[in-house]
Amino acid sequence: MIHAENLTKYYNAFCAVDGINFEIEKGEIIGLLGPNGAGKTTTLRMLTGYFAPSSGDIRIKDVSVRENPLAAKNLIGYLPESAPLYKGMLVYDYLDHIAKIRGLTGDAKNKRLRELADKCGLHGIMHKTIETLSKGLKQRVGLAHAMMSDPEILVLDEPTSGLDPNQIVEIREIIRRIGEEKTVILSTHILSEAEATCDRIVIINKGRIIADGSTRDIKTQNGQADQIQVTLLQTDFEAVRSQLESVKGVRKVQPMPAESPDHLKIGVTCQELSDPRADLYAAIKATDWVLIDFHQEAKTLETIFRELTREN
Amino acid sequence: MRQAVLIFSKEFKDYFISPIAYIVIAIFLLVTGWLFFSTFFIFGQVELRRFFDLLPFLFALVVPIITMRLFSEELNVGSYEILLTLPVTFLDIILGKFMAGVAFVAAILLPTLAYPIFISFLGTLDWGVVLGSYLGSLLLGAAYVAIGLFASSLTRNQIIACIVGMVICATLAIIDKMLFFFPQSILDVAVYLSSAIHFENVAKGIIDTRDILYFLSIAFIGLYATHLVMQEKK
Repeated sequence: MIHAENLTKYYNAFCAVDGINFEIEKGEIIGLLGPNGAGKTTTLRMLTGYFAPSSGDIRIKDVSVRENPLAAKNLIGYLPESAPLYKGMLVYDYLDHIAKIRGLTGDAKNKRLRELADKCGLHGIMHKTIETLSKGLKQRVGLAHAMMSDPEILVLDEPTSGLDPNQIVEIREIIRRIGEEKTVILSTHILSEAEATCDRIVIINKGRIIADGSTRDIKTQNGQADQIQVTLLQTDFEAVRSQLESVKGVRKVQPMPAESPDHLKIGVTCQELSDPRADLYAAIKATDWVLIDFHQEAKTLETIFRELTREN
Repeated sequence: MRQAVLIFSKEFKDYFISPIAYIVIAIFLLVTGWLFFSTFFIFGQVELRRFFDLLPFLFALVVPIITMRLFSEELNVGSYEILLTLPVTFLDIILGKFMAGVAFVAAILLPTLAYPIFISFLGTLDWGVVLGSYLGSLLLGAAYVAIGLFASSLTRNQIIACIVGMVICATLAIIDKMLFFFPQSILDVAVYLSSAIHFENVAKGIIDTRDILYFLSIAFIGLYATHLVMQEKK
């Protein structure tokens, strides 16, 4: 559906996007992740035709953004960061204007406006001025704007930035609903958001792609194996270690700082692709230790993200 | 072209949403009315020449106020990004905004039609001359709008856009009074650049192709420069 090849953008001497390649299939929800200034917005702006790439090209359904920007723009709905809509206009007037520019007229236009008002929950605010809306409402108007021509591809730049938790959930819900039929590309630096809404994640740092895959793929590729944490009551560490290190699939047992002096907290590092939880439990059950806590500490996207994007 | 018309109608409506439009119109009418009629009865001639003589300089101050927001506001708010990612070309955007500016200049001139109407009661007014002068005024306005549009595309700050526009337009308007600053060799060029000199004929009601060509050239240069600025931003 979307094919980017060797995409590069220079701002004078500064290289914002450095020869990235990616391929996006129809119906995917892609999350573009990266620290601030990584090149996310620049990439989206090239995709949507706001910037021309310094070199390289993007083909959207075999339409080159370089050679035929107008046709490419017709295939994409785009909502820039923080929805910079015309402030002074009424919501209805604004959407009406966009509908006309997108080539809708008469009944088709009115029908589409009504559909979008339903989808994005705009019924109560159609006759308000855009500048009086809260950020969440403005974002919803922005989504309606982006979906106006019912485009196959929807590009959203930081769709939930600056919203409160309730609004974030609302917007996410709308995005997920859209994602059932459309290809959605969104950028964010909130990792839980990417995890919650996206099928696939592309992590960008300093203008280069450093990871690309589903959340699970990225976790398994970049993590060492998961760690299991066990807390026992009044037990001797050496005894525990000799007992648990003999369990199959366990690589190492280490002491960890416990919450109270009575507790013994240990971290059990597992071998790759093994899950010794059942065996561990059996081994503990066979003794007279008192088990207080037993849980698997999954490596979060957060840690992976930090490891990948850290300086040096 | 359809898209340009849509952008035109949006921009033109926008003028009347904010109070600035009405303030500009009111001040323009006040100043022209006062400057024109304060000497009108002294000369005692039924003609509008002295009104039109005011326009090159007055428009140089008024038109940049009209055009300053056309690009600067969009750049400042960020809606420029939305505009550019809609299926419209640079030409649609530039022409749409340009036409909106020219239409607003026409809206400013419209109430001044009261002057010839009132004057016509005092004697015989040559309506052909009046019509020619109004057409010429629109051409002058269009040339200034193009310059103002260019100034607006340079910056996200409306005040700067306004001042840059005023400086360029006012230079064209008063250059004919500054000729003693110029060396002999470029005197002809300086005279040719003067909007006031080209407008003199227009104010008399004479439509000369050379003058029309001048105003159209200025408009074209302004619009083309705007195009270059937009290209550069990309």
